[in-house]
Order: sequence, then structure tokens, then C-alpha cells
Amino acid sequence: MNFDFSDDQKQLRDQARKFLAEKCSPKAVRVVLDGKAPYDKELWKGLAEMGFLGVAIPEEFGGAGAGHLELCVIAEEMGRANAPVPFSSTVYLAAEALLIAGSEAQKKKWLPAIASGEAIGTLALFEGKGNPSPKNVKLTAANGVLNGVKKPIADGAVADFAVVAARTGSSGRDSDISLFLVDLKAGGVEVKSLTNLDPTRGQAEITFKDAKAEPLGAAGEGWSILSQVLDRAAVLCAFEQVGGSDRALEMGRDYALDRIAFGRQIGSFQAVKHMLADMYVSATLARSNSYYGAWALSTNAAELPEAAAAARISATQAFQHCAKNNIQVHGGMGFTWEFDCHMYYRRANAMALGLGSLSYWEDQLIDRMRKKNAA
Amino acid sequence: MNFDDTPQEAAFRQTARQWVEANAPKELHAELSKSSLGRIRLAKHDIVDVGKAWQKKKFEGNWACLHWPREYGGRGATPIEKVIWQQEEGVYGKLTQPFQIGEGMCGPTVMAFGSEDAKRRYLPKLASGEEIWCQLFSEPSAGSDVAGLRTRAEKKGDNWIVNGQKIWTSGAHYSDYGLLIARTDPNVPKHKGLTMFFLDMKSPGVEVRPIKQANGMQEFNEVYFTDVVIPDSQRLGAVGEGWSVSLTTLMNERMSIGARLATGVPEMFEFCSDLMLEDGLAIDDPAVRSKLASWAAKSSGLKYTSYRTISALSKGERPGPENSIGKLVSGMMLQDIATYAMDLQGAAGVLTGNDEETVQGQFQQMLLSSPSMRIAGGTDEILRNIIAERVLGLPGDIRVDKDVPYNKIPTKGR
Repeated sequence: MNFDFSDDQKQLRDQARKFLAEKCSPKAVRVVLDGKAPYDKELWKGLAEMGFLGVAIPEEFGGAGAGHLELCVIAEEMGRANAPVPFSSTVYLAAEALLIAGSEAQKKKWLPAIASGEAIGTLALFEGKGNPSPKNVKLTAANGVLNGVKKPIADGAVADFAVVAARTGSSGRDSDISLFLVDLKAGGVEVKSLTNLDPTRGQAEITFKDAKAEPLGAAGEGWSILSQVLDRAAVLCAFEQVGGSDRALEMGRDYALDRIAFGRQIGSFQAVKHMLADMYVSATLARSNSYYGAWALSTNAAELPEAAAAARISATQAFQHCAKNNIQVHGGMGFTWEFDCHMYYRRANAMALGLGSLSYWEDQLIDRMRKKNAA
Repeated sequence: MNFDDTPQEAAFRQTARQWVEANAPKELHAELSKSSLGRIRLAKHDIVDVGKAWQKKKFEGNWACLHWPREYGGRGATPIEKVIWQQEEGVYGKLTQPFQIGEGMCGPTVMAFGSEDAKRRYLPKLASGEEIWCQLFSEPSAGSDVAGLRTRAEKKGDNWIVNGQKIWTSGAHYSDYGLLIARTDPNVPKHKGLTMFFLDMKSPGVEVRPIKQANGMQEFNEVYFTDVVIPDSQRLGAVGEGWSVSLTTLMNERMSIGARLATGVPEMFEFCSDLMLEDGLAIDDPAVRSKLASWAAKSSGLKYTSYRTISALSKGERPGPENSIGKLVSGMMLQDIATYAMDLQGAAGVLTGNDEETVQGQFQQMLLSSPSMRIAGGTDEILRNIIAERVLGLPGDIRVDKDVPYNKIPTKGR
């Protein structure tokens, strides 16, 4: 059994960590947090130069042609650094949708641009409240144009193109949904930034008024493609969440060693130690589930839907748990803008909603386990 | 990343599988597959009798204590081979319950600190199941704080005279030998006045009394010592070094990697899939699904955590600390699951008989037994301390009794 990343993959992780420690310090993250830039353009450029944006994109489309395991280790580091760039939208959602369903021409147009850092992509799925469901897609597509409003769209205000879920039928079945590619710089697209929990990754509302769109994948296949994209993204986001959990745990641990109260390190009090031990437990469970998700993703295994849901649940819970208790360990200082704790708290809770909420994925896991048990 | 055996591992697995296939007591398979919690009970057999028979067969086939050196009854197997063996032994591994303390704790301690004569005399018979060992550490006043133990051993000529009481001793009533830690010097701080011994459980002055537990069962014992004589040749380690010897024993306890801990999740999933509530099946209820999914994710997290440990062993690496979370997670989960299953049963949940409504009371039994899962082998609180101190590097507790001679430490709060 070799249920671990290879030495090369671990080396890549170290390389990413070193790069991000240098180029993505908390100070750099704060430039975006404080609204002085929509995302860190320098970092984005650097990520492209390092080959991280296209790590899982085949060489023929301008990527490094490595694989999803390589992308997982980079994702972990992106989460650890709280990187303020549209990485998940572009790489896990837009690029994966193109890889799954794009035509040769679509892949040729967008994938090299993603890998080189020239194009930012995103997924326009949600329309206000609710979780991923065909029923919640109201935006319509007809005669090559889209009409409707999508929100929230992660990184929508900085994206160059979007994969848009649209209604093309009214039978009440999954086949009512089709996917489209939209150039957001073209006409008929109105973009509005929205304030959100985590300002280091923007959210937007996009209104499509007779916006030109080309189909991505076959008509009526939209929901099936989306489900695959969401499963893949769930695993990749889980690695970001695992990285964030570990960082929040480390911050809490370091502060508990440093801070003196009642004449001793606060880390010597069992109430604090046990809180940190429980954070370690959550983070460990999340890591192990995410490894299983990584295996299923990289081998395109039939177990992916179940593995992705378990990883998503475990990693969401761990990141929320670690980020929240990191603030608790810090006490009053943890509630200041000046300390970095709230950046992870914000990211953890924003990420918990991005691909569908925790309860949505809990629901999914039970369905998928039942399906497996029935088989 | 893969779940495959290396060619050597695959060959080893094949050999193990064939041997189990040819030798296991298949007539017990169905019964062993069922019970997943607590002590094994068999309808027609005493677990010690069938356990001894299986252990002897394994010993003769060279599969007992297989990670031990050959000269002491083992096979000289690697850690990963031991894990593979446990996987292949499968449910029959439950038959080895009476020998686990001996194999996991007493044997390794004798191996590390016993004389060559003692090792050759005792270890092969422990491995073959001919002689069963128990561990005599905990006392009524010394549980988590085991170094505060009171049982005295006083030197008299070439012998030690032991007086005192131990508690929570699994299998004392059928054990032949015991690993005993006792206080040999009460005038020095508590960790410094302890010494480790082993003794014949049939020695005069040893009295074993079963404990009736909170769940109504009797699985553990109290052991009383009245002027019990132990020859100095049965001392393990130097006088006053008992604490560091005991750390070897306990470290081995926590190394039980292949052991799959019961979580209650498969039972709960099945229960919810069949249970009809007023508005339909329990598993279709959003509140039930949410809890069930969280537990399922925890349970798979534990499974893949152990796979990570196994992978480290397979590569010949020392496993990381991640395996330390197992009992902490599964113990609490078992208790929570039992409570929630009974909640779903409503009024009938109070019944503990063979009732259809409660699926023969399996969750009621789980509820009553689960507190021990959170205490035995290190309480949840001690496990959290261990994670905090050894994994996260947080400071140890401030110990007010650390430099105080043992006989000056207060024994009552008020």
C-alpha cells in the first residue's frame, strides 16, 4: 500500500510552500483584504511562471501535463497561505469543466490562456439562495444567447470568461440544464462586485442580457458535467481547507506557547491544550479523507462521488473548527483586524458555502453511500 | 498513490491467506462476524478454549506473534507483514483477545528488560497461547495518575514481598503470569520509587475478584496481594526504574495499528436504512442524514488515517503521530451514535430486551458499554494531553507532586 504522495509530489509541495511564503505573506494578503486590489496580480503572474496554474492541464494545451495529485499538493499550499487569487474558480472549476466537456477549439482557446495566467475563469451556477440543483437554475439559453442573473459568482468581477449553467428545457429533469461558455468582456454582460465574508476572494453578480454564448458539452448534459466538476472541485477545495486548517492550528499552537497568563504559558492549561488537540483530530481526519479523494480523483475511480463528499464534509468541518478555535486560543487579540486569525475564519466560512453548503454535501454523501450499498 | 501490495507483500499475503483458508475454525466464522463491541461471547464455546486452540495452531504454523524474533517464538516479520497478517486473519483475530495484553504489552517488556533465560523460558509459551499474561498497573487510587500507585514491594533477602491491590485487570482470572508495577521506595518522588516485576498468578496470596461493571457485565478484575513472594530474578529493569520500563509497555499498547476500532457507523447506517418513522424511512429524514453523514465522514477519516500509517510501515518508515486519534474519535462517536439511535426509537428505546423495535437492544448495549471505551487504555483527557504535548509540542502540566517524596503527597482532597 502506498497511500501517500510520492517524493516528487512532496517536493513540489515544498517548492509551492517556499514560493508562497515569499510571495504571499500575510502582509500581501492584506492588500486585497483591505480592498486595495481585487486580487494579487503579481502573485498570479508568479503562479503562472512556476507552472502551478497549468499543473493539471495537458502539455498540448500549454500546461505542465502533471496530474491531479500534483494539483492537490499545490492546493494545500494555496489554502495554507490564504492566497488572494482566483485560483479555485479558474483552475478547479473553469479548467476542469473545459477538460471534461470542452471541444478541441475551446480547449485550445482557453486552457493555454489559463496556464499562462492570461485568462481568469469561473463558474456561474448559483442564482441567489440555495444549493446546487437543476431546479435552482432559472437563467435561460436560447438562440445562442443567455438571459438571466447569476449570483454569487466567485471571482466574477475579475474573470475573463465563465462557464454558465443555463436552462434549456422544462421537463423537470436534469437534462433541462446545459452549459455555456461566455466571454465576459463581450457585450450583454453586466458585472457588479458584491461584498462578502472573505474579501480576499471576491464575489460578483452578473446580469446576462442577450449575452452571446457557445455550448460547452452536449445540450442537456449540463447537469451531469457539472456534477463531475463539483466532485473534482470538492476534492481540490478540500486540500485548500486542509492547508488552512493546519495553518490555523499552527497559529493557535504558536500563540499558546508564546502567550503568558497567570504566570505560565497558556498552552500549559488543559482547557487550551485540549482545544488544540481536538483541532489536530479534525485536521487529521480531513487530511486522510482528502487523500482518499485525491486517489479517487487521480485514478478517475468509480468511488469519486462518495470520496469527494466525505472529503468535502470532513475538510469543511475541520477548517471551520480550526479557524474558530484559533481565534478562541488568541482571546481578545484574535478578534482584532490586526491579527491574521480572522482571515482564516473568513476563508473557512466562505469556502464552506462555495460549492454547496455542508448540509448539501451531507445529503450527497448519504445518497452516494446508499447507491453503493444497493449496488 | 495506490492501495496495492508490493510484490513481496502480495506474496506474503498469498501465503497468509492460504494458511488461514486451510486452518481457520470456519464453523465460528458467522458468529465472529456478528459481534463488534466489547468482549467476544460465543454461544457454545469458551473464548479462552477456542482462542488457545487457534493460537496454538498459529504458533505451530509460525503465525503467532509473528513480528517477534524467531528464537522467542515469532517469525521475525516486519511491521507491514504483521498488518497484512491481521488483515488476512480477519474475524478470527477476535479469538486472540485473551492473548493481546501478553503479545502487545507484557511480551515486549520481557523482551526489552528480561534476562536471556527468562526470554527463552516465557516468550515462546506466551506466543503459543499455552501461558496467558495479564497486566497489573492500574489501582483504585491510581488510574490516569498511574505513577501514584500504592502497591508495595519490599525486599527480603533474594525476594520481594508484595502487598496491595490492582484493578481493571483484564483476564486476571485465566492468566498464568502478570506484569506488575509496584512501589519499592516511598521516600522518593513518585516516579522514582517504582520497580517492575512479573509473577506467577498462582502464587500464594494472590486473590482475583471479578468487578461487576456499570453495564452489568464482568470483564475485568480486582487483584489483591497479601504477602506475595516474588523472586528478585523476576524483576524487569533496575530497582527504581519501573516508570521508564512501564513507558515501554504503554508505548507498545499504543502501537496496535492494524486494530480496527468499532465506531457504530455501519450498524447505525443499516438501522436508519430500515427504520420507518412517521414520515418515512429515517434515512430520508434531513436531520438524520446530516448526523449520519458527519459520522460516516469521521469513520472514513479514521480508516484512511490507518491506511496512511500502514503506508509508512510499508515503506519502512516510522509512522507519524496521526494514529493517536483513533480511540479518541471512535469512543465518543460510539456513545453519540448509541444515544441518537435510541432517540429515533422513541419510547421503545428504553427497552433492553430482545425487542424487535430496538433491533434486539444493540444500541442500548452500546450505550451502556461505551463509557469504558472513553476510559480504558487512556482516558479521552489523557489522550488529548498526549496529542497536545507529544504531537503539538505544548508544555506538560505543572505537576505539584513532582519533586515531593511519595509519602508526603496528600491522598485526600478534604
